[in-house]
Amino acid sequence: MNLITVSGPPSCGKTSVILKAIEAFQQKGLHVGVVKFDCLYTDDDLLYQKAGIPVKSGLSGSLCPDHYFVSNIEEVVQWGRSQGLDLLITESAGLCNRCSPYLRQIHSICVIDNLSGINTPKKIGPMLKSADMVVITKGDIVSQAEREVFSSKVQMANPKAIILHVNGLTGQGAYELSTLLYREEENIETVQGMELRYPMPSALCSYCLGEKRVGEEFQLGNVRKINLEEQTACANKN
Amino acid sequence: MRKQELERMTLEQLERQYPFVLSFFESRGIPSEQNALKSLVQIFDEVAKHQEDGVHDSQVMFTELAEYVEQMLLFLGESKMDISSITILPGHDKDGHPETFERLHMERGEVVAIVGPTGSGKSRLLADIEWAANRDTPTGRIVMLDGAIRQEDHRFSLRNKLVAQLSQNMNFVMDVDVEEFIRLHAQSRMIKEDAALIERIVAAANHLSGEPFMQGSPITSLSGGQSRALMIADTAILSASPIVLIDEIENAGIDRKRALELLVGEEKIVLMATHDPSLALMADRRILIRNGGIVRVQQTRKEEKSILKELEKIDHLVSKLRTQLRQGESLSM
Repeated sequence: MNLITVSGPPSCGKTSVILKAIEAFQQKGLHVGVVKFDCLYTDDDLLYQKAGIPVKSGLSGSLCPDHYFVSNIEEVVQWGRSQGLDLLITESAGLCNRCSPYLRQIHSICVIDNLSGINTPKKIGPMLKSADMVVITKGDIVSQAEREVFSSKVQMANPKAIILHVNGLTGQGAYELSTLLYREEENIETVQGMELRYPMPSALCSYCLGEKRVGEEFQLGNVRKINLEEQTACANKN
Repeated sequence: MRKQELERMTLEQLERQYPFVLSFFESRGIPSEQNALKSLVQIFDEVAKHQEDGVHDSQVMFTELAEYVEQMLLFLGESKMDISSITILPGHDKDGHPETFERLHMERGEVVAIVGPTGSGKSRLLADIEWAANRDTPTGRIVMLDGAIRQEDHRFSLRNKLVAQLSQNMNFVMDVDVEEFIRLHAQSRMIKEDAALIERIVAAANHLSGEPFMQGSPITSLSGGQSRALMIADTAILSASPIVLIDEIENAGIDRKRALELLVGEEKIVLMATHDPSLALMADRRILIRNGGIVRVQQTRKEEKSILKELEKIDHLVSKLRTQLRQGESLSM
Protein backbone atom coordinates (compact mmCIF):
# COMPACT_ATOMS: atom_id res chain seq x y z
CA MET A 1 0.00 0.00 0.00
CA ASN A 2 1.12 3.57 -0.74
CA LEU A 3 0.63 6.23 1.91
CA ILE A 4 0.37 9.98 1.38
CA THR A 5 -0.14 12.67 4.01
CA VAL A 6 -1.94 15.77 2.85
CA SER A 7 -2.26 18.82 5.03
CA GLY A 8 -3.09 22.48 4.65
CA PRO A 9 -5.00 25.33 6.24
CA PRO A 10 -8.77 24.96 6.66
CA SER A 11 -10.84 25.55 3.51
CA CYS A 12 -7.86 25.71 1.16
CA GLY A 13 -9.28 22.97 -1.04
CA LYS A 14 -7.63 19.80 0.27
CA THR A 15 -10.71 17.64 -0.11
CA SER A 16 -11.49 18.89 -3.62
CA VAL A 17 -7.93 18.28 -4.77
CA ILE A 18 -7.88 14.78 -3.25
CA LEU A 19 -11.26 13.91 -4.77
CA LYS A 20 -10.11 14.98 -8.23
CA ALA A 21 -6.84 13.09 -7.90
CA ILE A 22 -8.72 9.97 -6.75
CA GLU A 23 -10.90 10.15 -9.89
CA ALA A 24 -7.73 9.77 -11.90
CA PHE A 25 -6.54 6.88 -9.70
CA GLN A 26 -9.85 5.09 -10.03
CA GLN A 27 -9.67 5.29 -13.80
CA LYS A 28 -6.44 3.38 -13.54
CA GLY A 29 -8.18 0.78 -11.39
CA LEU A 30 -6.48 1.67 -8.11
CA HIS A 31 -8.32 1.17 -4.82
CA VAL A 32 -7.94 4.38 -2.81
CA GLY A 33 -9.11 5.19 0.73
CA VAL A 34 -9.01 8.32 2.85
CA VAL A 35 -8.73 9.07 6.55
CA LYS A 36 -9.68 12.58 7.51
CA PHE A 37 -8.24 14.14 10.65
CA ASP A 38 -9.97 17.23 11.88
CA CYS A 39 -10.38 19.18 15.05
CA LEU A 40 -13.96 19.95 15.99
CA TYR A 41 -16.12 19.13 13.04
CA THR A 42 -15.94 17.58 9.63
CA ASP A 43 -18.43 16.54 7.01
CA ASP A 44 -15.83 15.89 4.36
CA ASP A 45 -16.25 12.17 5.01
CA LEU A 46 -19.69 12.47 3.42
CA LEU A 47 -18.13 13.88 0.26
CA TYR A 48 -15.78 10.92 0.06
CA GLN A 49 -18.58 8.47 0.80
CA LYS A 50 -20.66 10.00 -1.93
CA ALA A 51 -17.83 9.36 -4.35
CA GLY A 52 -17.73 5.73 -3.23
CA ILE A 53 -14.39 6.08 -1.47
CA PRO A 54 -13.76 4.12 1.74
CA VAL A 55 -13.30 6.76 4.43
CA LYS A 56 -12.81 7.13 8.18
CA SER A 57 -12.64 10.34 10.10
CA GLY A 58 -11.29 11.30 13.49
CA LEU A 59 -11.82 14.45 15.52
CA SER A 60 -9.08 15.51 17.87
CA GLY A 61 -11.49 17.54 20.03
CA SER A 62 -9.67 19.08 22.95
CA LEU A 63 -6.33 17.55 21.94
CA CYS A 64 -3.72 19.13 19.72
CA PRO A 65 -4.55 17.82 16.23
CA ASP A 66 -0.94 16.94 15.52
CA HIS A 67 -0.55 14.90 18.67
CA TYR A 68 -3.78 13.18 17.80
CA PHE A 69 -2.53 12.40 14.31
CA VAL A 70 0.73 10.85 15.39
CA SER A 71 -0.96 8.79 18.11
CA ASN A 72 -3.30 7.26 15.56
CA ILE A 73 -1.40 6.97 12.31
CA GLU A 74 -0.25 3.36 12.81
CA GLU A 75 -3.83 2.18 13.46
CA VAL A 76 -4.95 4.13 10.41
CA VAL A 77 -2.34 2.42 8.25
CA GLN A 78 -3.48 -0.98 9.50
CA TRP A 79 -7.09 -0.05 8.69
CA GLY A 80 -6.02 0.84 5.16
CA ARG A 81 -4.26 -2.48 4.74
CA SER A 82 -7.28 -4.38 6.07
CA GLN A 83 -9.37 -2.67 3.37
CA GLY A 84 -6.95 -3.91 0.74
CA LEU A 85 -6.17 -0.37 -0.42
CA ASP A 86 -3.54 0.38 -3.04
CA LEU A 87 -3.27 3.89 -1.75
CA LEU A 88 -4.21 5.50 1.54
CA ILE A 89 -4.43 9.26 1.80
CA THR A 90 -4.58 11.01 5.16
CA GLU A 91 -5.96 14.51 5.19
CA SER A 92 -5.48 16.91 8.07
CA ALA A 93 -6.13 20.58 8.61
CA GLY A 94 -3.16 22.56 9.86
CA LEU A 95 -5.06 24.50 12.39
CA CYS A 96 -2.37 26.65 13.92
CA ASN A 97 -0.23 26.80 10.76
CA ARG A 98 2.33 24.94 12.80
CA CYS A 99 1.00 21.45 12.26
CA SER A 100 3.08 19.13 10.14
CA PRO A 101 2.03 15.56 10.39
CA TYR A 102 4.72 14.45 7.94
CA LEU A 103 6.80 11.34 8.50
CA ARG A 104 10.26 11.12 7.04
CA GLN A 105 9.72 8.27 4.61
CA ILE A 106 6.14 9.13 3.64
CA HIS A 107 5.10 11.39 0.75
CA SER A 108 3.88 14.71 2.03
CA ILE A 109 1.77 17.31 0.30
CA CYS A 110 0.88 20.74 1.55
CA VAL A 111 -2.17 22.37 -0.05
CA ILE A 112 -2.39 26.14 0.07
CA ASP A 113 -4.57 28.58 -1.83
CA ASN A 114 -3.85 31.69 -3.83
CA LEU A 115 -6.33 33.71 -1.81
CA SER A 116 -4.49 33.29 1.46
CA GLY A 117 -2.23 36.28 0.83
CA ILE A 118 1.32 36.53 -0.42
CA ASN A 119 2.85 36.55 3.04
CA THR A 120 1.18 33.32 4.05
CA PRO A 121 3.89 31.01 2.67
CA LYS A 122 6.29 32.77 5.00
CA LYS A 123 4.00 32.39 7.97
CA ILE A 124 3.22 28.73 7.61
CA GLY A 125 5.80 26.68 9.41
CA PRO A 126 6.89 23.07 8.93
CA MET A 127 3.61 22.18 7.24
CA LEU A 128 4.78 24.06 4.14
CA LYS A 129 8.51 24.13 4.68
CA SER A 130 9.00 20.40 5.05
CA ALA A 131 6.52 19.16 2.44
CA ASP A 132 7.76 17.23 -0.61
CA MET A 133 5.17 18.84 -2.80
CA VAL A 134 3.10 21.98 -2.58
CA VAL A 135 -0.23 22.13 -4.38
CA ILE A 136 -1.56 25.63 -5.00
CA THR A 137 -5.31 25.96 -5.48
CA LYS A 138 -7.87 28.61 -6.47
CA GLY A 139 -5.68 29.86 -9.29
CA ASP A 140 -8.76 30.28 -11.45
CA ILE A 141 -9.96 33.30 -9.52
CA VAL A 142 -6.84 35.41 -9.13
CA SER A 143 -4.76 37.12 -11.79
CA GLN A 144 -1.84 35.51 -13.60
CA ALA A 145 0.57 37.90 -11.90
CA GLU A 146 -0.68 37.03 -8.43
CA ARG A 147 -0.33 33.34 -9.23
CA GLU A 148 3.25 33.87 -10.31
CA VAL A 149 4.08 36.00 -7.27
CA PHE A 150 2.47 33.48 -4.94
CA SER A 151 4.36 30.53 -6.47
CA SER A 152 7.64 32.34 -6.12
CA LYS A 153 6.91 33.03 -2.44
CA VAL A 154 6.16 29.35 -1.93
CA GLN A 155 9.39 28.42 -3.62
CA MET A 156 11.23 30.83 -1.39
CA ALA A 157 9.78 29.20 1.72
CA ASN A 158 10.42 25.67 0.50
CA PRO A 159 13.04 25.64 -2.23
CA LYS A 160 13.12 21.88 -2.68
CA ALA A 161 9.40 21.21 -3.09
CA ILE A 162 7.71 20.40 -6.38
CA ILE A 163 5.05 23.06 -6.91
CA LEU A 164 1.87 22.18 -8.78
CA HIS A 165 -1.24 24.18 -9.58
CA VAL A 166 -4.49 22.29 -9.27
CA ASN A 167 -7.99 23.57 -9.84
CA GLY A 168 -10.20 21.76 -7.36
CA LEU A 169 -13.35 22.64 -9.29
CA THR A 170 -12.46 21.67 -12.85
CA GLY A 171 -9.77 19.22 -11.84
CA GLN A 172 -7.20 20.87 -14.09
CA GLY A 173 -3.81 19.63 -12.86
CA ALA A 174 -5.26 16.81 -10.73
CA TYR A 175 -4.45 14.11 -13.26
CA GLU A 176 -0.87 15.34 -13.40
CA LEU A 177 -0.74 15.37 -9.61
CA SER A 178 -1.94 11.78 -9.50
CA THR A 179 0.91 10.63 -11.74
CA LEU A 180 3.39 11.95 -9.20
CA LEU A 181 1.82 10.29 -6.19
CA TYR A 182 1.63 6.59 -6.81
CA ARG A 183 4.65 4.30 -6.99
CA GLU A 184 3.85 0.72 -7.82
CA GLU A 185 6.98 -0.63 -6.18
CA GLU A 186 6.26 1.11 -2.89
CA ASN A 187 4.66 -0.89 -0.12
CA ILE A 188 4.09 0.53 3.35
CA GLU A 189 3.19 -2.20 5.83
CA THR A 190 3.68 -0.19 8.99
CA VAL A 191 4.84 3.23 10.11
CA GLN A 192 5.98 1.95 13.46
CA GLY A 193 9.45 3.26 14.21
CA MET A 194 9.33 5.97 11.56
CA GLU A 195 10.10 9.52 12.60
CA LEU A 196 8.29 12.80 12.29
CA ARG A 197 10.02 15.38 10.11
CA TYR A 198 9.56 18.00 12.78
CA PRO A 199 8.70 17.78 16.46
CA MET A 200 5.09 18.45 17.39
CA PRO A 201 4.12 21.73 19.06
CA SER A 202 5.13 21.52 22.68
CA ALA A 203 2.42 21.64 25.28
CA LEU A 204 1.60 20.79 28.82
CA CYS A 205 0.88 23.95 30.68
CA SER A 206 -1.96 24.41 33.12
CA TYR A 207 -4.27 25.41 30.24
CA CYS A 208 -3.70 22.09 28.47
CA LEU A 209 -5.10 20.51 31.59
CA GLY A 210 -8.29 22.54 31.62
CA GLU A 211 -7.38 25.71 33.49
CA LYS A 212 -9.65 28.60 32.49
CA ARG A 213 -8.61 31.46 34.76
CA VAL A 214 -6.32 34.21 33.45
CA GLY A 215 -3.32 35.41 35.43
CA GLU A 216 0.24 34.52 36.32
CA GLU A 217 -0.65 32.53 39.43
CA PHE A 218 -2.65 30.07 37.33
CA GLN A 219 0.09 29.49 34.77
CA LEU A 220 2.06 26.34 35.45
CA GLY A 221 4.31 24.16 33.37
CA ASN A 222 5.50 25.03 29.87
CA VAL A 223 4.72 28.76 29.70
CA ARG A 224 6.37 31.31 27.46
CA LYS A 225 6.11 35.09 27.64
CA ILE A 226 6.25 37.70 24.88
CA ASN A 227 9.32 39.86 25.17
CA LEU A 228 7.59 43.21 24.86
CA GLU A 229 10.55 45.32 25.93
CA GLU A 230 12.95 44.08 23.27
CA GLN A 231 10.38 44.60 20.54
CA THR A 232 9.69 48.16 21.65
CA ALA A 233 13.42 48.92 21.61
CA CYS A 234 13.68 47.66 18.02
CA ALA A 235 10.70 49.72 16.94
CA ASN A 236 12.25 52.88 18.36
CA LYS A 237 15.48 52.30 16.50
CA ASN A 238 13.62 52.17 13.23
CA MET B 1 27.00 24.62 -3.47
CA ARG B 2 28.37 22.62 -0.56
CA LYS B 3 27.29 23.14 3.02
CA GLN B 4 30.84 23.19 4.37
CA GLU B 5 31.64 25.99 1.98
CA LEU B 6 28.70 28.00 3.29
CA GLU B 7 29.54 27.48 6.93
CA ARG B 8 32.78 29.39 6.65
CA MET B 9 31.30 32.45 4.95
CA THR B 10 30.01 35.69 6.40
CA LEU B 11 26.71 37.03 5.13
CA GLU B 12 28.56 39.84 3.37
CA GLN B 13 30.82 37.43 1.50
CA LEU B 14 27.87 35.33 0.52
CA GLU B 15 25.96 38.36 -0.69
CA ARG B 16 28.85 39.51 -2.84
CA GLN B 17 28.85 36.14 -4.57
CA TYR B 18 25.07 35.70 -4.75
CA PRO B 19 23.22 39.02 -4.41
CA PHE B 20 19.86 37.25 -4.47
CA VAL B 21 20.42 35.56 -1.08
CA LEU B 22 19.25 38.65 0.76
CA SER B 23 15.63 37.78 0.10
CA PHE B 24 16.24 34.36 1.66
CA PHE B 25 17.36 36.03 4.88
CA GLU B 26 14.69 38.69 4.78
CA SER B 27 11.92 36.15 4.31
CA ARG B 28 13.16 34.45 7.46
CA GLY B 29 13.14 37.66 9.44
CA ILE B 30 16.93 38.04 9.50
CA PRO B 31 17.93 41.68 8.88
CA SER B 32 20.95 41.76 6.60
CA GLU B 33 22.60 44.98 7.77
CA GLN B 34 23.08 44.05 11.40
CA ASN B 35 24.36 40.63 10.44
CA ALA B 36 26.58 41.41 7.47
CA LEU B 37 29.86 40.67 9.22
CA LYS B 38 28.73 37.65 11.19
CA SER B 39 29.47 34.16 9.96
CA LEU B 40 26.52 32.16 8.74
CA VAL B 41 27.04 29.64 11.54
CA GLN B 42 26.70 32.42 14.07
CA ILE B 43 23.61 33.92 12.41
CA PHE B 44 21.78 30.62 12.12
CA ASP B 45 22.61 29.61 15.68
CA GLU B 46 21.27 32.90 16.97
CA VAL B 47 18.09 32.58 14.91
CA ALA B 48 17.57 28.99 15.98
CA LYS B 49 17.64 30.11 19.60
CA HIS B 50 14.98 32.74 19.07
CA GLN B 51 12.59 30.88 16.82
CA GLU B 52 9.24 29.86 18.16
CA ASP B 53 8.38 27.15 15.71
CA GLY B 54 11.47 25.00 15.87
CA VAL B 55 11.64 24.90 12.09
CA HIS B 56 14.80 26.89 11.99
CA ASP B 57 17.16 24.30 13.30
CA SER B 58 20.51 25.69 12.14
CA GLN B 59 21.47 22.56 10.20
CA VAL B 60 18.15 22.65 8.40
CA MET B 61 18.71 26.30 7.57
CA PHE B 62 22.05 25.47 5.98
CA THR B 63 20.42 22.78 3.88
CA GLU B 64 17.67 25.17 2.85
CA LEU B 65 20.12 27.92 2.01
CA ALA B 66 22.24 25.57 -0.09
CA GLU B 67 19.11 24.36 -1.85
CA TYR B 68 17.89 27.91 -2.40
CA VAL B 69 21.18 29.03 -3.92
CA GLU B 70 21.18 26.02 -6.20
CA GLN B 71 17.58 26.57 -7.29
CA MET B 72 18.21 30.24 -7.93
CA LEU B 73 21.32 29.57 -9.98
CA LEU B 74 19.32 27.10 -12.00
CA PHE B 75 16.52 29.61 -12.33
CA LEU B 76 18.81 32.41 -13.45
CA GLY B 77 20.80 30.15 -15.72
CA GLU B 78 17.80 28.81 -17.55
CA SER B 79 17.25 30.66 -20.71
CA LYS B 80 13.95 32.45 -20.93
CA MET B 81 11.20 30.34 -22.42
CA ASP B 82 12.10 31.03 -25.99
CA ILE B 83 10.19 28.29 -27.70
CA SER B 84 8.70 29.52 -30.92
CA SER B 85 6.12 26.88 -31.69
CA ILE B 86 4.02 24.08 -30.26
CA THR B 87 2.83 21.05 -32.18
CA ILE B 88 0.04 18.77 -31.04
CA LEU B 89 -0.16 15.20 -32.32
CA PRO B 90 -3.54 13.49 -32.07
CA GLY B 91 -4.63 11.16 -29.29
CA HIS B 92 -8.17 9.98 -28.73
CA ASP B 93 -11.51 11.20 -27.40
CA LYS B 94 -13.31 10.08 -24.22
CA ASP B 95 -14.48 6.85 -25.87
CA GLY B 96 -11.07 5.99 -27.22
CA HIS B 97 -11.78 6.97 -30.84
CA PRO B 98 -8.70 8.45 -32.49
CA GLU B 99 -8.79 12.20 -33.06
CA THR B 100 -9.33 13.17 -36.67
CA PHE B 101 -6.84 15.97 -37.17
CA GLU B 102 -3.43 15.29 -38.53
CA ARG B 103 -1.19 17.58 -36.55
CA LEU B 104 -1.74 21.02 -35.13
CA HIS B 105 1.15 23.42 -35.37
CA MET B 106 1.01 26.85 -33.72
CA GLU B 107 3.60 29.60 -33.99
CA ARG B 108 4.31 32.64 -31.86
CA GLY B 109 2.09 35.56 -32.77
CA GLU B 110 -0.76 33.29 -33.79
CA VAL B 111 -4.30 33.43 -32.42
CA VAL B 112 -6.29 30.21 -32.29
CA ALA B 113 -9.83 29.87 -30.95
CA ILE B 114 -11.12 26.78 -29.18
CA VAL B 115 -14.82 26.05 -29.55
CA GLY B 116 -17.04 23.28 -28.27
CA PRO B 117 -19.79 22.69 -25.73
CA THR B 118 -19.12 22.90 -21.98
CA GLY B 119 -17.43 19.76 -20.72
CA SER B 120 -16.18 18.88 -24.20
CA GLY B 121 -12.55 18.81 -23.14
CA LYS B 122 -11.24 22.36 -23.47
CA SER B 123 -9.61 22.32 -20.03
CA ARG B 124 -8.08 18.95 -20.80
CA LEU B 125 -6.52 20.31 -24.00
CA LEU B 126 -5.01 23.19 -22.08
CA ALA B 127 -3.78 20.89 -19.34
CA ASP B 128 -2.15 18.71 -22.01
CA ILE B 129 -0.33 21.76 -23.35
CA GLU B 130 0.68 22.97 -19.88
CA TRP B 131 2.02 19.50 -19.02
CA ALA B 132 3.62 19.06 -22.45
CA ALA B 133 1.87 15.72 -22.65
CA ASN B 134 3.79 12.79 -24.00
CA ARG B 135 1.11 10.11 -24.34
CA ASP B 136 0.89 10.19 -20.54
CA THR B 137 -2.43 12.01 -20.07
CA PRO B 138 -5.98 10.67 -20.51
CA THR B 139 -6.12 11.87 -24.14
CA GLY B 140 -2.90 10.20 -25.22
CA ARG B 141 -1.82 13.34 -27.08
CA ILE B 142 1.73 14.44 -27.66
CA VAL B 143 2.60 18.11 -27.30
CA MET B 144 5.93 19.06 -28.79
CA LEU B 145 7.81 22.29 -28.18
CA ASP B 146 9.83 23.49 -31.13
CA GLY B 147 9.28 20.11 -32.67
CA ALA B 148 10.75 18.16 -29.76
CA ILE B 149 9.37 16.35 -26.74
CA ARG B 150 9.94 18.24 -23.53
CA GLN B 151 12.22 17.02 -20.79
CA GLU B 152 10.29 15.79 -17.81
CA ASP B 153 12.03 17.84 -15.15
CA HIS B 154 11.07 21.05 -16.94
CA ARG B 155 7.50 20.41 -15.97
CA PHE B 156 8.06 21.70 -12.47
CA SER B 157 10.17 24.67 -13.30
CA LEU B 158 8.48 27.89 -12.28
CA ARG B 159 10.39 29.89 -14.80
CA ASN B 160 9.41 27.61 -17.61
CA LYS B 161 5.71 27.62 -17.05
CA LEU B 162 4.25 27.25 -20.49
CA VAL B 163 0.79 28.69 -20.11
CA ALA B 164 -0.43 31.94 -18.62
CA GLN B 165 -4.17 32.05 -18.05
CA LEU B 166 -6.65 34.89 -18.25
CA SER B 167 -10.29 34.39 -17.52
CA GLN B 168 -13.44 36.28 -16.87
CA ASN B 169 -13.60 35.03 -13.26
CA MET B 170 -10.23 36.34 -12.23
CA ASN B 171 -9.95 39.11 -9.70
CA PHE B 172 -7.20 40.95 -7.95
CA VAL B 173 -6.91 39.97 -4.31
CA MET B 174 -3.71 41.67 -3.22
CA ASP B 175 -4.08 44.86 -1.25
CA VAL B 176 -1.56 46.97 -3.21
CA ASP B 177 -1.58 49.76 -5.77
CA VAL B 178 -0.88 49.31 -9.47
CA GLU B 179 2.78 50.27 -9.22
CA GLU B 180 3.47 47.97 -6.28
CA PHE B 181 1.60 45.17 -8.04
CA ILE B 182 3.82 45.38 -11.12
CA ARG B 183 6.91 45.61 -8.92
CA LEU B 184 5.99 42.46 -7.03
CA HIS B 185 5.38 40.61 -10.26
CA ALA B 186 8.69 41.74 -11.72
CA GLN B 187 10.55 40.80 -8.52
CA SER B 188 9.06 37.33 -8.56
CA ARG B 189 10.56 36.93 -12.01
CA MET B 190 13.89 38.48 -11.03
CA ILE B 191 13.38 41.30 -13.51
CA LYS B 192 14.56 44.79 -12.73
CA GLU B 193 11.43 46.76 -11.96
CA ASP B 194 12.20 50.22 -13.21
CA ALA B 195 9.87 53.12 -13.79
CA ALA B 196 9.90 52.60 -17.55
CA LEU B 197 8.54 49.07 -17.25
CA ILE B 198 5.74 50.19 -14.95
CA GLU B 199 4.84 53.08 -17.25
CA ARG B 200 4.81 50.82 -20.26
CA ILE B 201 2.42 48.34 -18.66
CA VAL B 202 0.08 51.03 -17.35
CA ALA B 203 0.04 52.77 -20.74
CA ALA B 204 -0.71 49.49 -22.51
CA ALA B 205 -3.54 48.75 -20.08
CA ASN B 206 -5.01 52.23 -20.46
CA HIS B 207 -4.88 51.79 -24.22
CA LEU B 208 -7.15 48.74 -23.81
CA SER B 209 -9.72 50.10 -21.41
CA GLY B 210 -11.91 53.11 -21.96
CA GLU B 211 -11.29 54.59 -18.52
CA PRO B 212 -7.65 55.28 -17.68
CA PHE B 213 -6.31 54.57 -14.18
CA MET B 214 -3.25 55.83 -12.33
CA GLN B 215 -0.17 54.03 -11.02
CA GLY B 216 -1.28 54.86 -7.53
CA SER B 217 -4.75 53.31 -7.87
CA PRO B 218 -5.32 50.34 -5.54
CA ILE B 219 -5.77 47.31 -7.81
CA THR B 220 -8.83 46.11 -5.95
CA SER B 221 -10.61 49.39 -6.70
CA LEU B 222 -10.26 49.07 -10.48
CA SER B 223 -13.42 48.50 -12.50
CA GLY B 224 -14.01 45.21 -14.28
CA GLY B 225 -12.73 46.59 -17.58
CA GLN B 226 -9.68 48.25 -15.99
CA SER B 227 -8.79 45.07 -14.09
CA ARG B 228 -9.06 42.99 -17.23
CA ALA B 229 -6.95 45.52 -19.11
CA LEU B 230 -4.23 45.51 -16.47
CA MET B 231 -4.21 41.71 -16.31
CA ILE B 232 -3.81 41.46 -20.06
CA ALA B 233 -1.14 44.15 -20.33
CA ASP B 234 0.80 42.67 -17.42
CA THR B 235 0.55 39.13 -18.79
CA ALA B 236 1.60 40.27 -22.27
CA ILE B 237 4.59 42.26 -21.13
CA LEU B 238 5.75 40.69 -17.89
CA SER B 239 4.76 37.05 -17.88
CA ALA B 240 7.37 34.62 -19.19
CA SER B 241 4.92 32.05 -20.45
CA PRO B 242 4.95 31.88 -24.25
CA ILE B 243 1.37 30.66 -24.45
CA VAL B 244 -1.56 32.72 -23.21
CA LEU B 245 -4.90 31.12 -22.68
CA ILE B 246 -7.91 33.38 -22.67
CA ASP B 247 -11.11 31.95 -21.32
CA GLU B 248 -13.91 34.12 -22.68
CA ILE B 249 -13.44 37.86 -22.31
CA GLU B 250 -16.59 39.89 -22.14
CA ASN B 251 -16.95 42.81 -24.42
CA ALA B 252 -17.53 45.27 -21.61
CA GLY B 253 -15.03 47.99 -20.88
CA ILE B 254 -12.17 46.62 -22.91
CA ASP B 255 -11.10 46.73 -26.52
CA ARG B 256 -10.61 43.06 -27.28
CA LYS B 257 -9.09 43.61 -30.68
CA ARG B 258 -6.37 45.77 -29.19
CA ALA B 259 -5.90 43.19 -26.41
CA LEU B 260 -5.19 40.49 -28.97
CA GLU B 261 -2.92 42.82 -30.92
CA LEU B 262 -0.94 43.50 -27.76
CA LEU B 263 -0.51 39.80 -26.99
CA VAL B 264 0.40 38.99 -30.59
CA GLY B 265 2.80 41.92 -30.66
CA GLU B 266 4.54 40.49 -27.59
CA GLU B 267 4.97 37.27 -29.57
CA LYS B 268 2.61 35.10 -27.59
CA ILE B 269 0.78 32.08 -28.89
CA VAL B 270 -2.79 32.99 -28.01
CA LEU B 271 -5.46 30.36 -27.39
CA MET B 272 -8.99 31.55 -26.75
CA ALA B 273 -11.82 29.43 -25.46
CA THR B 274 -14.84 31.37 -26.65
CA HIS B 275 -18.29 31.23 -28.15
CA ASP B 276 -18.38 34.89 -28.96
CA PRO B 277 -18.40 35.18 -32.77
CA SER B 278 -16.44 38.42 -32.93
CA LEU B 279 -13.71 37.01 -30.71
CA ALA B 280 -13.62 33.65 -32.53
CA LEU B 281 -13.40 35.41 -35.90
CA MET B 282 -10.39 37.42 -34.79
CA ALA B 283 -8.53 34.11 -34.66
CA ASP B 284 -6.68 32.73 -37.66
CA ARG B 285 -8.02 29.26 -36.97
CA ARG B 286 -10.38 27.51 -34.63
CA ILE B 287 -10.18 24.13 -32.98
CA LEU B 288 -13.46 22.28 -32.66
CA ILE B 289 -13.65 19.95 -29.65
CA ARG B 290 -16.30 17.35 -28.96
CA ASN B 291 -16.45 14.50 -26.44
CA GLY B 292 -12.90 15.11 -25.27
CA GLY B 293 -11.34 14.99 -28.72
CA ILE B 294 -10.33 17.52 -31.36
CA VAL B 295 -12.70 16.96 -34.27
CA ARG B 296 -11.43 19.56 -36.69
CA VAL B 297 -9.08 22.48 -37.08
CA GLN B 298 -10.69 25.09 -39.27
CA GLN B 299 -9.15 28.05 -41.02
CA THR B 300 -11.17 31.26 -40.62
CA ARG B 301 -12.57 31.82 -44.13
CA LYS B 302 -12.69 35.09 -46.04
CA GLU B 303 -16.50 35.20 -45.96
CA GLU B 304 -16.36 34.76 -42.20
CA LYS B 305 -13.92 37.62 -41.89
CA SER B 306 -16.47 39.86 -43.62
CA ILE B 307 -19.00 38.94 -40.92
CA LEU B 308 -16.39 40.19 -38.49
CA LYS B 309 -16.48 43.61 -40.16
CA GLU B 310 -20.24 43.80 -39.52
CA LEU B 311 -19.78 42.67 -35.93
CA GLU B 312 -17.10 45.26 -35.39
CA LYS B 313 -19.52 47.96 -36.52
CA ILE B 314 -22.06 46.75 -33.97
CA ASP B 315 -19.42 46.52 -31.24
CA HIS B 316 -18.28 50.01 -32.09
CA LEU B 317 -21.81 51.31 -31.84
CA VAL B 318 -22.39 49.64 -28.49
CA SER B 319 -19.19 51.02 -27.08
CA LYS B 320 -20.06 54.50 -28.38
CA LEU B 321 -23.41 54.27 -26.60
CA ARG B 322 -21.68 53.06 -23.47
CA THR B 323 -19.40 56.07 -23.47
CA GLN B 324 -22.37 58.39 -23.92
CA LEU B 325 -24.09 56.70 -21.01
CA ARG B 326 -21.04 56.97 -18.80
CA GLN B 327 -20.64 60.65 -19.55
CA GLY B 328 -24.25 61.40 -18.83
CA GLU B 329 -25.18 62.32 -22.39
CA SER B 330 -28.47 61.37 -23.95
CA LEU B 331 -28.04 58.38 -26.25
CA SER B 332 -27.93 58.82 -30.03
CA MET B 333 -26.88 56.44 -32.83
